Amino acid sequence: MSLPQHIQTWFAARGWAPRPHQLAVLEHAAAGDSVLLISPTGGGKTLAGFLPSLAELSEPRSGGGIHTLYVSPLKALAVDIARNLEAPVRDMGLPITIETRTGDTPQHKRVRQRQNPPDILITTPEQVSLMVADPHAAHLLKDLRTVILDELHAMVTSKRGVLLSLALTRVAAHAPRARRIGLSATVADPDALRAWLAPAGQPPVPLVMGQQGAAPNIRILKSAERVPWSGHSSLYAIPELYDALKRARLALIFVNTRSQAEMVFQSLWEANDDHLPIALHHGSLDVSQRRKVEAAMAEGRLRAVVCTSTLELGIDWGDVDLVIHVGAPKGSSRLLQRIGRSNHRLDMPSEALLVPSNRFEVLECEAALQAARVNAQDTEYPMVLKFDVLAQHVMGRACAGPFRPDELYREVTGAWTYRKLTRADFDKVIDYVATGGYALKAYERYAKLKPQADGSLRLTHPRLIMSYKLNAGTIVEEEMLKLRLASVKRRLGKRVVMGGRVLGEMEEWFLSQLSQGDTFLFAGEVLRFEGLDEFGALASRGGAREPMIPSYQGGKFPLSTYLAERVREMLADPKSWTHLPQQVQDWLSLQRFKSVVPRAEDMLVETFPRADKHYMVCYPFEGRLAHQTLGMLLTRRLERWGAQPLGFVASEYALVIWTVRDLALMIASGRISLAKLFDEDMMGDDLDAWLAESNLMKRTFRNAAIIAGLIERRFPGKEKTQRQMTVNTDLIYDVLRSHQPDHILLRAAWDDAAEGLIDAQRLAMMLKRIRGHIVHKALEVVSPLAVPVLLEIGRESIYGEAHDALLAEAADDLIGEAMRLV
Amino acid sequence: MSRTHRICLGGLDFIPDLSGALYAPDFATLLVADLHLEKGTSLARRGVHLPPYDSRESLEQLRRVIAAAKPQRLIFLGDSFHDPAARERIDGQDLALLLSITATIPTIWITGNHDPAPPGDIGGTIAAEVALGPVSLRHEPKPLGDGMLEIAGHLHPAATVVQRGHRIRCRCFIADDRRIVMPAFGSYTGALGIGSDAFAGLFEDYKVWMLGSRAIHRFPAARVR
Repeated sequence: MSLPQHIQTWFAARGWAPRPHQLAVLEHAAAGDSVLLISPTGGGKTLAGFLPSLAELSEPRSGGGIHTLYVSPLKALAVDIARNLEAPVRDMGLPITIETRTGDTPQHKRVRQRQNPPDILITTPEQVSLMVADPHAAHLLKDLRTVILDELHAMVTSKRGVLLSLALTRVAAHAPRARRIGLSATVADPDALRAWLAPAGQPPVPLVMGQQGAAPNIRILKSAERVPWSGHSSLYAIPELYDALKRARLALIFVNTRSQAEMVFQSLWEANDDHLPIALHHGSLDVSQRRKVEAAMAEGRLRAVVCTSTLELGIDWGDVDLVIHVGAPKGSSRLLQRIGRSNHRLDMPSEALLVPSNRFEVLECEAALQAARVNAQDTEYPMVLKFDVLAQHVMGRACAGPFRPDELYREVTGAWTYRKLTRADFDKVIDYVATGGYALKAYERYAKLKPQADGSLRLTHPRLIMSYKLNAGTIVEEEMLKLRLASVKRRLGKRVVMGGRVLGEMEEWFLSQLSQGDTFLFAGEVLRFEGLDEFGALASRGGAREPMIPSYQGGKFPLSTYLAERVREMLADPKSWTHLPQQVQDWLSLQRFKSVVPRAEDMLVETFPRADKHYMVCYPFEGRLAHQTLGMLLTRRLERWGAQPLGFVASEYALVIWTVRDLALMIASGRISLAKLFDEDMMGDDLDAWLAESNLMKRTFRNAAIIAGLIERRFPGKEKTQRQMTVNTDLIYDVLRSHQPDHILLRAAWDDAAEGLIDAQRLAMMLKRIRGHIVHKALEVVSPLAVPVLLEIGRESIYGEAHDALLAEAADDLIGEAMRLV
Repeated sequence: MSRTHRICLGGLDFIPDLSGALYAPDFATLLVADLHLEKGTSLARRGVHLPPYDSRESLEQLRRVIAAAKPQRLIFLGDSFHDPAARERIDGQDLALLLSITATIPTIWITGNHDPAPPGDIGGTIAAEVALGPVSLRHEPKPLGDGMLEIAGHLHPAATVVQRGHRIRCRCFIADDRRIVMPAFGSYTGALGIGSDAFAGLFEDYKVWMLGSRAIHRFPAARVR
């Protein structure tokens, strides 16, 4: 397909020419092939995706269904893409209709779209699932020629992507000729994405690479201040950070968690002597508040925005010329993606500044910087085969009309994500959807699916369609409560709290631990908790300067395996330390003197007594989640072997366990063998036994139960009645586990926990890696490397300033002990 | 049955069990509140297929408590059945288990708001209230006049303790020197925080006995919310 004349004219009128990758995509599409385009931001990626459709739609076509389905992970992005596409389409003089369909699209508009479909429909993955669950899907999709999947790298690593892959099998059933165009940022394993994208029975789709931009210019903040030993606040660097953003036109300041965003924002505001317009943007803020910030960025009214991953994807608001990353970036790809938010001209390097919040993060930032310089990628592998997601898809399939299980099994296993699904497991999922899948046959009479004479399964009641629609999707939010601004008055001697405007949403677990009068940070200000009412939580502007209750949660993203390896290598090679700040070099040199610096392939285990306890610290560098699991499993084992463990704390880099008995002695006398302690066999029965009792499983079970439709989502406003109707999923989990431990949803929950919350796969790989490579060092006192993780002990129970003083005191003792020269 | 804790009411001792049952040794009577049998299957008509094992779980638990306490009388404090149709839905095996209990121990079913008319074919007798010495047993707590004492259910009490930054919430018995409110026994029954409005005005200087996973823990009012 060559570009039609008026599109060529459009390019020429702007002094542009189509880029090679845009033409390559066009060529593949013209041949009817699916294709994957990997290109950095700013490479005209979205236009590349749309060009084949624009070219085809410039000719008259027969049929009136949707021609192009564009799927984006973000609702807001869908609206912006539509707007950005309308302008060129108008300028090219093309008679193309473009519409959006998101969760916010009103019912009458959906009806109209069904009767009179647009040429191009811009939508989200959830909407695709809902569309194919509609009995009229065939009519809508009969003329479909193209499915464009934008930001594919971001979708495939979650259950949204898994659900989308299933919805695409249904799209293909209605429109076998439709090609798929995947648009992605750079990923670690393009082949997996190529296979993901391929329609059933076809080889991985061809790959087109966009032009790489200039390598970014990344620096690590070399602070004159003392870099803290532990913690995540980065407050030491605020003055230097402020200086850096003063010199920028518009700076994006990325942090890893909402509470970090709050803390950094508040501290910047206090340092803001020049009254620079600095804003805050994170997922818990009210949507209208976020839209305001985005608009202000676009209009150039802001100088800096403190944000979480909410500004990581999507179109650009404003002309960002500096990206600051506070805290370690956790992965090379994540860092590159965030840096890509600045300076969208491919020929100019983007500017980025990394601000480590503690000494280990200095190492991690250095590793990330080196990785980013060579454009190393460490994105996650696409997620596959989720039973809960399949159950939702089966229900959706039933909503569209009767189906034959044999055909559905063939269709589902045509998706790369479900290629390994066995027929036995598929039948279990069908059985679950129909009657719950229980050994005790209580629901035969109330089955949702019933077999017909011809062997097909049919939905038993149209009401189930409504329930499916309300509960569709795979994003299960933490239980959130609306937070409203309250005014407190005294009336007849009684305290009356009146709710005002909505400030945003906060996690229920956090709000429910507060007492009236407690102060905390939200939306950049210190609020005072006033209580709960039937609409949510109430807080007033209390006038306090210091928040009393920290809302710190560990980072959401674990350190990537790739970066962990680089950190271990860097640590093992003192010659590479010259890049590091002097104070960090001193710290590592002292570690070499007082204990040992492990080789890259070794894992160091240190033991030492302290006060009246005995400590063991190991350094796997595998991320907090894997370390927490390791801690659970090791303490169980040490308990059995009589070491009397008292507790453990995990950080991103290390794990510390403390015991009553002298571990060094037990190791020296052969009572405990470190090789046996860290043996891979802990991943068997010990893991099962611990996990079954753990709260983590209850969390993943709740998610699986909601996605699979076992229990209904809670909706704001309906909560009061629903709470009485629903049963707490923890209770369901306990009962199901004791009566039918092999139920399909328990398996789903176990898989999720093993992959996500406990990082079992990573732990298993680590245990394999260190076999025969454990180096034990018995010390008299704590080592310099161990100080940061020891400082984490008791962190979660700190409240208020007095406790902070105590902690600082304890910290100073510890550091003195470690740094004292013998 | 653990005999380490006692709840004293009107000079009588009552022994709380980790399961949520309450034993009255002076009357050799076991009290059980809010069993909510067949709560799991109660939404089946709407297409909600919760694991239908809650009745079995609750009844097996009850059988274990009975085996340990060996009571001569069994009194249910109402809401024993989740809804009027529960009797029709209960599985044959679970019903047999229930009948084997009521066939061997004299049983009284106190009526509750969920089961104003408990089934008549499951053994035992039905009553709106029962007097156990000076103590009235009923489903919903009532305002008490001078010298009146009661044990009730209905509210499904739970208490929360914050320790070292961790929030621990458990079902509990809550009592002062006039009234005991028992926790719900059923395996799918939720719980209501004792700080909520439903408890307002019921208790003066109260204590709670929280049901941990392995033991019962007693706390004064000031320590819990």
